[in-house]
Amino acid sequence: MSVSSQEAGAAVKAAAPARTSKSKGRRAEAAWGYALVAPTGIGLLVFYLWPVLQTAYLSFTKTGPFGGAAEWIGLENYREMFSDPEVGTALLNTVEYTVLGLVGVPIAVVFAALLSRPGLRGVAIYRTFFFLPVVTTPVAVAMIWKWLYNGDFGIINYLLSLVGIEGPHWIADPATALYAMVVVGIWMGLGYNLVIFIAGIQSIPKHYYEAASLDGAGPIAQFFRITVPLLSPTIFFISVISVIGSLQLFDLVYVLMGGSSQSSRANPAFPSTETIVYLFYAKAFQTNDKGYGAAIAMLLLVIIVVLTAVQFRLQKKWVTYA
Amino acid sequence: MAWIGRRAGALLGVAALMMATAACGGGDTGNDDPNAKVTLSYAVWDKNQVPAMQQLATAFTAENPNITIDVQLTPWETYWTKMKAAATGGAAPDVFWMNGPNYQLYATNGVLAPLDEKIAADKVDLSSYPQALIDLYTVEGKHYGLPKDFDTVGLWYNKELFDAAGVGYPDATWTWDTFKQAAAKLTDKSKGQYAIGANLSSAQEYQYNTIFQAGGSVISADGKKAGYADPATIEGLKFWTDLIKDGYSPDLKTMTDTVPLNLFESGKTAMYYGGSWNVAEFTANEYTKTRVAAAPLPKGVKSATVIHGLVNVVSAKSAHPDAAWKFVKFLGGRTAAEQLGKSGVIPAYNGTQAGWAAAHPELNLQAAFLDQVPNAVAYPISRNTAAWQELETTYLTPAWNQQKDVAAAATELAKAMDESLAKE
Repeated sequence: MSVSSQEAGAAVKAAAPARTSKSKGRRAEAAWGYALVAPTGIGLLVFYLWPVLQTAYLSFTKTGPFGGAAEWIGLENYREMFSDPEVGTALLNTVEYTVLGLVGVPIAVVFAALLSRPGLRGVAIYRTFFFLPVVTTPVAVAMIWKWLYNGDFGIINYLLSLVGIEGPHWIADPATALYAMVVVGIWMGLGYNLVIFIAGIQSIPKHYYEAASLDGAGPIAQFFRITVPLLSPTIFFISVISVIGSLQLFDLVYVLMGGSSQSSRANPAFPSTETIVYLFYAKAFQTNDKGYGAAIAMLLLVIIVVLTAVQFRLQKKWVTYA
Repeated sequence: MAWIGRRAGALLGVAALMMATAACGGGDTGNDDPNAKVTLSYAVWDKNQVPAMQQLATAFTAENPNITIDVQLTPWETYWTKMKAAATGGAAPDVFWMNGPNYQLYATNGVLAPLDEKIAADKVDLSSYPQALIDLYTVEGKHYGLPKDFDTVGLWYNKELFDAAGVGYPDATWTWDTFKQAAAKLTDKSKGQYAIGANLSSAQEYQYNTIFQAGGSVISADGKKAGYADPATIEGLKFWTDLIKDGYSPDLKTMTDTVPLNLFESGKTAMYYGGSWNVAEFTANEYTKTRVAAAPLPKGVKSATVIHGLVNVVSAKSAHPDAAWKFVKFLGGRTAAEQLGKSGVIPAYNGTQAGWAAAHPELNLQAAFLDQVPNAVAYPISRNTAAWQELETTYLTPAWNQQKDVAAAATELAKAMDESLAKE
């Protein structure tokens, strides 16, 4: 399109020297281009890049609780961070949560495949059903699950008691709390993943399945031989998003483990559920040590970048681009 | 391109305009003319008190027609986050509510305007307020606020469960021993009923009181050393961990799932150490409204209750410091206190508190809360209170969860808290 408009411009302005008019036209076009991406570009610079740089700078300083002059202390925050056992615990918990959270990906693929079966009735209802948790505020979701998980009066333990099992205090017991969070996390993310996977499945040409059935492949073979390989770019995308999201887990620790009237720290299961972002919040906003909080944020940034890079590396081994 | 240039120019113009308006938003042009029209922002966090605050604002404007008050409600959950952001940006409200844990942080970092000169010039008598409250809000000998209200802690109890267990109601004669004997009788595991929930999440209502009753301390008077290594302090903590160990309190896991307040409000616990502010809660709750009353806290080595209260403070960056002080002085006066007492909180001005207790004679509030003021100990704070409050919870949780000996946990806490205090 740009070529044809340039040609048109040259034809009209045949009298003027072609060269200047061409570069003028190009510059005009470039200016337009920049003008159009400016809102997004400026937004990214001001609200993403600038804060990242500020955080990086803050992580080398010691600041007062209300900002003010930051004192440069070099690597002191990082030194403190690497000798703080709480950072290690929080990192391990975060990694464990992230790995377990990936279980949500195959679950979503299976559900998406089932919901895409031809002739299934009430698909719209199922989709709405699965998508509802996505549009519900995480805090509200956590509140509901808090009631479900209640060890003494919760419905889960009530149902278990009917079959003679005495359930644990799911979110107050260090042995179960992290898993309890993973379940809620997967449940919350399922709807979003489903929508993406269903779209992915719909873009797989129908005649592949027809050919496979003619060759005698059953639904399960079709799922593993056609759906999964052709869906692998989508699976890759969701895995990357899921890992990044899990690494940033905060709200479940804050609301499910604690609540408005009690700190998550008063939960005996806190040491096995504290995540790196919760620790960041605690340091930067509760104990007013913004510099140290920034150092933790930088650590998380590095981890996310590295893990994402690794995922992109590995995808060459298993992702098929049709 | 001229077109784009014009557009960009227009955009710049709009942006400049917005910035100019934003700059104006900080307050009307400040000057010293006492008759100039002035609007003060007044930030509060309790929705229930907004009508009373509006009335006070109107009454103040009636006396000072050139000053209007804009009462701004920010819910408790976000109040301090917002305040910290506003203060960091130099845009804190002219006048706002301040509490103990945050006071020194704001006062010593230049967010609050010191009031001593004005207190002296206008001859405001600080002895009109409970001494412990004035102590709480004195930092390096300076005052940055005038008291608004206060609260103390009492023993709330469920009369129905006491009657059923055949235990006499608590009164001023109760000691820790009486309490423990009653606790044994009030616990009935077959019904899932306990004497009390040994709350870990509200030190103000639980640990701090027993620590002071045992003769211990949370923080040294100069705010530099932790008191947790003191054997008396440990006794005060052990009071609660023993209740859990003896089965008179539910374990920490149960209290994590269902907070002690909810256990008390559903008849699962017979007693509740609770602040005077619970009057509103317990008189509104269908279950507790006909069943509860209050008594003074049982005495340990001595009688003690934690006193805390709010002050009204003036922002150091206020464009109208004189008008703001006038308003704070008005709020701290007798007329405002009398008005405030009707809204359900205990006014800080001495001699205006009886009306608060009289509103609910059946709850026995006078004896439980007001008569205890002479025994009151100020809520412990330092410059960065939040930092070691976090440590308190972190280190005491294993003791409450019966995983760790309370003396060992308290000693470790003392060490960590000392390190935190050294950084202040």
